[in-house]
Amino acid sequence: MNISDPTETFRQEARELLDQLEAGLLDLDQDPGNHDLVNSTFRALHTIKGSGAMFGFTAVAEFVHEFETAFDRVRKGQSQVNAALIGVALDAKDHIHLLIETPDAPIDGGARILAELRAIVDGDAFPSAPAVKAELNQAAAQAQPNAAPARWRLRFYLPGDALLYGTNPLLLLEELAAIGPSEITPLTDRIPLLDTLEPENAYIGWQVDMTATDPAAAIDDVFLFLRDNMELTLEPLADQAPSAPISPEIAADANSLLTNSAPALLAAAPPAPKRGKAAEKGGDDKPAATSLRVPAERLDELMDRVGELVIAQARLTQIAAQSADINLKTIAEELERLSSGLRDTTMGIRMVPIGTLFSRFRRLVHDLSGELGKPIEFITTGEETELDKTMIERLADPLVHLIRNAVDHGLEGPEKRLAAGKSAQGTVRLSAVYSGAEVAISVSDDGAGLNAARIRAKAEENGIIAPDAKLTDQELYHLIFAPGFSTAGEVTALSGRGVGMDVVKRTIDGLRGTIDLTTRPGEGSTLTLRLPLTLAIIDGMLVRVGDGRYTIPLAAVEECVELPEGIEAHAKGRNFLDIRGSLVPYLRLREVFGLRGEADEHQKVVIVSSGEGRVGLVVDQIIGNNQTVIKQLSKLHSGIKSFSGATILGDGTVALILDTAHLVGSGQSYIEHNQSVGRAA
Amino acid sequence: MTKTILTIDDSASIRQMVAMTLTAAGLDVIEAVNGLDGYDKATTNTVHAVITDLNMPVLNGIEFIRKYRQHPSSKGIPIILLTTESDEDLKRQAKEAGATGWIVKPFKQDQLLAVIKKVTGA
Repeated sequence: MNISDPTETFRQEARELLDQLEAGLLDLDQDPGNHDLVNSTFRALHTIKGSGAMFGFTAVAEFVHEFETAFDRVRKGQSQVNAALIGVALDAKDHIHLLIETPDAPIDGGARILAELRAIVDGDAFPSAPAVKAELNQAAAQAQPNAAPARWRLRFYLPGDALLYGTNPLLLLEELAAIGPSEITPLTDRIPLLDTLEPENAYIGWQVDMTATDPAAAIDDVFLFLRDNMELTLEPLADQAPSAPISPEIAADANSLLTNSAPALLAAAPPAPKRGKAAEKGGDDKPAATSLRVPAERLDELMDRVGELVIAQARLTQIAAQSADINLKTIAEELERLSSGLRDTTMGIRMVPIGTLFSRFRRLVHDLSGELGKPIEFITTGEETELDKTMIERLADPLVHLIRNAVDHGLEGPEKRLAAGKSAQGTVRLSAVYSGAEVAISVSDDGAGLNAARIRAKAEENGIIAPDAKLTDQELYHLIFAPGFSTAGEVTALSGRGVGMDVVKRTIDGLRGTIDLTTRPGEGSTLTLRLPLTLAIIDGMLVRVGDGRYTIPLAAVEECVELPEGIEAHAKGRNFLDIRGSLVPYLRLREVFGLRGEADEHQKVVIVSSGEGRVGLVVDQIIGNNQTVIKQLSKLHSGIKSFSGATILGDGTVALILDTAHLVGSGQSYIEHNQSVGRAA
Repeated sequence: MTKTILTIDDSASIRQMVAMTLTAAGLDVIEAVNGLDGYDKATTNTVHAVITDLNMPVLNGIEFIRKYRQHPSSKGIPIILLTTESDEDLKRQAKEAGATGWIVKPFKQDQLLAVIKKVTGA
């Protein structure tokens, strides 16, 4: 993307305006009488039209022009806002969006939308407005070129406030002189006596005798901005002997008048010197811009560089630690402080309020509500919560899915709701809130809640669980995230577009987030996504297993304990630790990674948790905390499950980052396996 | 002396277009995003002409002109309106408020330059 291309700026701007337009229309749907909303909607349309025409989006300009004309009737109170109008207006918005994104593609439907729009705002009183005019001024186009040059006398007096309002008579006279050879005489007859003279007013008139071919149009052009409130006469001079040449005195006089009157008056603006000084100092200027558009790639690049810097700084810290040079240590510490500040600032730049994402869903809920015949109140909170931009983009699809599910499967129809003693209107809430180094985003509905029996039936039908498996309700609920548990049996146009909850879960896992589910039969369900604030740099715990070093995301670490000696002796393959009374399965990373060689004598267990449970990871040594710059694994390694990425350590070696969600999952399945073995035995 | 033109528009693309055109012609350009922002910038910088949109949030073009013309530093400074349609009524209001001239959108770069040259002599 080339940011210096105004067309691209226009596209971006149009996208924002369309979002604004959509939000305005949806607000209007709730609050049809709100005049401010109508005005801001109108303004968004107006800007799209104006800019669209400027940058060659003629189809956009023409379509929006008609749209705007229709809305103008609403603005003037000649037509009422109603659901039908909002519906068509939203269609129109979508149409504009298409026109802007694919200006070259033939796009139908515009005429139909406009026809509907006209019908709604009362068609008969709706004149089909002329297309946007492309010409600056057509008054000049009436010149008749065939006549021979003749002499003309032009006399004019400017409006009294012309000087104050920025008209410079000198420039006008220069323009007139360019039409044809001219003799210019000032007319001083209207200059009042000194005691009544307003020094800022224009009193002097001008007489210009020129030789030109029908100068009327050209003269109109010169006085384009003044024509309607000035005195101007133009008459052909009788074919007389060329009028007496202007005497040198008068010419000089005119000149001095010109130079003395207009510019002197113009320059007489009292605070001019002060303004000059202010500009020099620049001191009391307001900040030039409150926000700045930057291409996203540049931010990614900046983040990468900061990542490299953090790595280099880690190396320096490591070398400084081994050195006795106090100066080196000082520099290393200073650099560490600076680079962590730089890291935080850079990550801050990438943070975007999640409200931009939330506002998209209002339209979704509005449309779903209409299609399903379920009245819905959609409440969003925490729009100001900020998340990494990449994260927000990747959250869009999972959230669409969750909201569709909530509306389609969660909320009951109005009759059922009334029968259950609820209001006919269902509620879907979308909220975001900070919790520690994470952001929790929840989608909740006040519908019927998950039905454990139906989930069980479906899971058995799809072969996810054995028919006689004993599962708690909570475990049953979590089956909706299992791959293969699709809502295929009840595919509607809305849900079940082939994206199952397992895809949602995978996306969230990929973002190093977790999903929690709570549901109460009859009262509704809440799905909570917990996501780290950023994807690029995390705090990690560095551990050693054999010769390899690995990083565990610190946010997932609960505690570290020593592996009790001789635990295997009586565990007999059942790897459980007793952590203050609760059993936690543990995995020997040495075995998981298939490492050879003897384990250290005193092994440590790092207890990590993800939304679903806990697992202990047995390691040889805990090295300590470090700043982990996450590097994605290459596509070749995309099949690897236990690692979510890699990082470069201070000494230049690579450490793999453990995928804790996956490890916790294997720990849990290990328990289940063990339990079934236990039962079978 | 390089002349400084203030462009006031809530549309970033129009501001960018105006700025590119005028900068290419050797003028300095200051940008403002609405009438109030424009007023602040017009009264704290030395500007030689102002180009303003009409339809803007916070303070629209006509309100801007009224407010700016109250300020002594506006004396003799040309103000050019950008109007989307040749709306005579709005134009009249703007002229009464103290506008110097206007340009009808959509305009071409040379039209913009021609008008700026007309009112500033630049």
